[in-house]
Amino acid sequence: MIRIIGIAAGAFFTLSVLWAFVTGAYTAITEPAPETAEHAFHKHPRELHLQSDGPFGTWNLQQLQRGYQVYKEVCSACHSLKFVAMRDLEQLGYSEAEVKAEAASWTVPGVDPDTGEATTRSGEPTDYFPSPYPNEVAAAAANNNAVPPDLSLMTKARHDGSAYVYSLLTGFQEQPEKLLEEFPQAKTPAGLHYNPYFANLNLAMAPPLTMDGQVTYADGTEATIDQMAQDVAAFLTWTAEPSLPKRKQTGWPVLGFLLFATILAYLAKQQIWARVKPDKNRQDD
Amino acid sequence: MSFPWAKHYEPRNPVMRFLDEKLPLPRLVYNAVGAGYPVPRNLNYMYNFGVLAGFCLVLQIVTGVILAMHYAPNSLVAFGSTEHLMRDVNWGWMLRYAHANGASFFFVVVYLHIFRGFFYGSYKAPREMIWLLGVVIFLLMMATAFMGYVLPWGQMSFWGAKVITGLFSAIPLVGEPLQVWLLGGFAPDNAALNRFFSLHFLLPFVIAGVVILHIWALHIPGSTNPTGVEVKSESDTVPFHPYYTAKDGFGLGVFLLLYCAFVFFFPNYLGHPDNYIEANPLSTPAHIVPEWYFWPFYAILRAFTADILFIPAKLMGVMAMFGAILLWFFLPWLDNSPVRSGHYRPLFRKFFWFGLIPAMAVLFYCGGAPAEEPYVMLSQIATAYYFMHFLVIIPIVSRIEKPRPLPFSITEAVLGEDKKAVLGENTKPAV
Repeated sequence: MIRIIGIAAGAFFTLSVLWAFVTGAYTAITEPAPETAEHAFHKHPRELHLQSDGPFGTWNLQQLQRGYQVYKEVCSACHSLKFVAMRDLEQLGYSEAEVKAEAASWTVPGVDPDTGEATTRSGEPTDYFPSPYPNEVAAAAANNNAVPPDLSLMTKARHDGSAYVYSLLTGFQEQPEKLLEEFPQAKTPAGLHYNPYFANLNLAMAPPLTMDGQVTYADGTEATIDQMAQDVAAFLTWTAEPSLPKRKQTGWPVLGFLLFATILAYLAKQQIWARVKPDKNRQDD
Repeated sequence: MSFPWAKHYEPRNPVMRFLDEKLPLPRLVYNAVGAGYPVPRNLNYMYNFGVLAGFCLVLQIVTGVILAMHYAPNSLVAFGSTEHLMRDVNWGWMLRYAHANGASFFFVVVYLHIFRGFFYGSYKAPREMIWLLGVVIFLLMMATAFMGYVLPWGQMSFWGAKVITGLFSAIPLVGEPLQVWLLGGFAPDNAALNRFFSLHFLLPFVIAGVVILHIWALHIPGSTNPTGVEVKSESDTVPFHPYYTAKDGFGLGVFLLLYCAFVFFFPNYLGHPDNYIEANPLSTPAHIVPEWYFWPFYAILRAFTADILFIPAKLMGVMAMFGAILLWFFLPWLDNSPVRSGHYRPLFRKFFWFGLIPAMAVLFYCGGAPAEEPYVMLSQIATAYYFMHFLVIIPIVSRIEKPRPLPFSITEAVLGEDKKAVLGENTKPAV
């Protein structure tokens, strides 16, 4: 009885889904999904090699310091970094005094100790990086309704995060003529900017890195657009996961120990099972 | 275990003897996973996954309890508290990666455990109850994992919760009020997050309870084995300890190597980048996908794109998705072939390797792909096969198939018929 009910239920589900298949296939043939500009012109991120890549990756502190400078002088005008604290800058190789001085160069919201009124004060190492806008409404109002996202986790929040940041920053360009020929309605609307590395090709952010030498690096590195983009991508890789090198450095002894333990476990298993394995050469127990 | 040759617990140490008289806990362990449990001597490595699943459950509870000490289940601060855990708590990043990847590896292990059961007919009499309890554990795991994924309150947490609880709204008449009641609101928000956290903490202990029943039920008939032939004599078995503790120890080592490689070198590979964006009810992700271990069932849900008679497509999808798992409950009665092991069932075996496994692979792949062609059509074909396999093919095959001859006993299968002389020598107590 249960088998008959089972076969009936199975036939019902199978026929239903096959019917869905037939109607779907019919639609796919008669009205094929139109090709979209996003599908045809979106590009995967360009290759980017950072010292933090690979199983032995470590931070390039010089590069992170440069990237921090780019963030501070360019990105921080619109983007917050709310999960990163000033004290974390010590991990970039700054001394305690340097971190204190660096923190003091930021203005953070505060409370007047006498009146309780909202005011501002200079930052302390315990402060988190301040948001450039008092709230989301202000952020949207200042940016044509597109709220600039927080950058703390950006490289983990996108596929190929570091390479994505690097590609996006260097990817602004004129719309290809071929695109406009094939998809005349896909012309970049006013106020948006064409960038093939962005999912829907047009983003609200204006090109932030516009000319070589936009920042002046303390270590003498030439600040080309490409260099600045790489440095800020490296910096955001650090903000997204400060523990990255520690994770990889912990992994090796863990795997080494486990490999050793597993080999021992295998040998122990072989020895124990030798007592009952059919073995022609075995003499006795 | 009731085999007459099972060893008895005889404590020599006075402390253990005292304990055994007052509270025979050591005896329980001895008989459950010690030398007092005789197990078929021919289990292959596919039989390691039960112990590994138990290990995963403990791992998840231990890491999860510590994570809960730092996590705040409030929609305003949940995302931030998770980042606090990753950045400021000592080794917090390792605990969280261990827990998130632990969930994935728990599912890997359990899927292999289930498919081992499918192939070797572990669900058949007299082991139906073990199988039924196992399906209950799987359902509880799915609920637990789903609610756990909501807790970090990222974009996929929020939108996943919205889509999955939205399934209840497909139920006629009571659907929408039911959804609002389950969520404590019209969309996932603080009320939903709080109850999900509470249940995510509770359910693993319910799972642990059902696992105890699962093992209890297992110890009545004893383990199956790759031949599917029942244990006949002492020479067919070896004591669980030291033989299978040693074999499971090696399996655990291999498992931990793979697992730790993910935790320390690819911790985010199995996750979705969108979950590192804080939940935003006003911004829908381009592709909402659940965690990879739900993909086959998500593919089945999305495969039903056409209304059937008076049943809307969405309701069909929901029924099929739940039905796809619930039908496992009936498997012991759908398959009435007298032969257990797929090894001796030529037709069943073909359908298993060339039907079910490829269909599951397609469903896994398509469930994670966007809801576009050709993925929808592929998942429709695979879904059709999935239901055919369990509900039509298995009952019919079990009736018409001519099984290959079975070995007389496990010992004969291990040693070969021509080595009966060796067998005679070996039937002396194995240890």
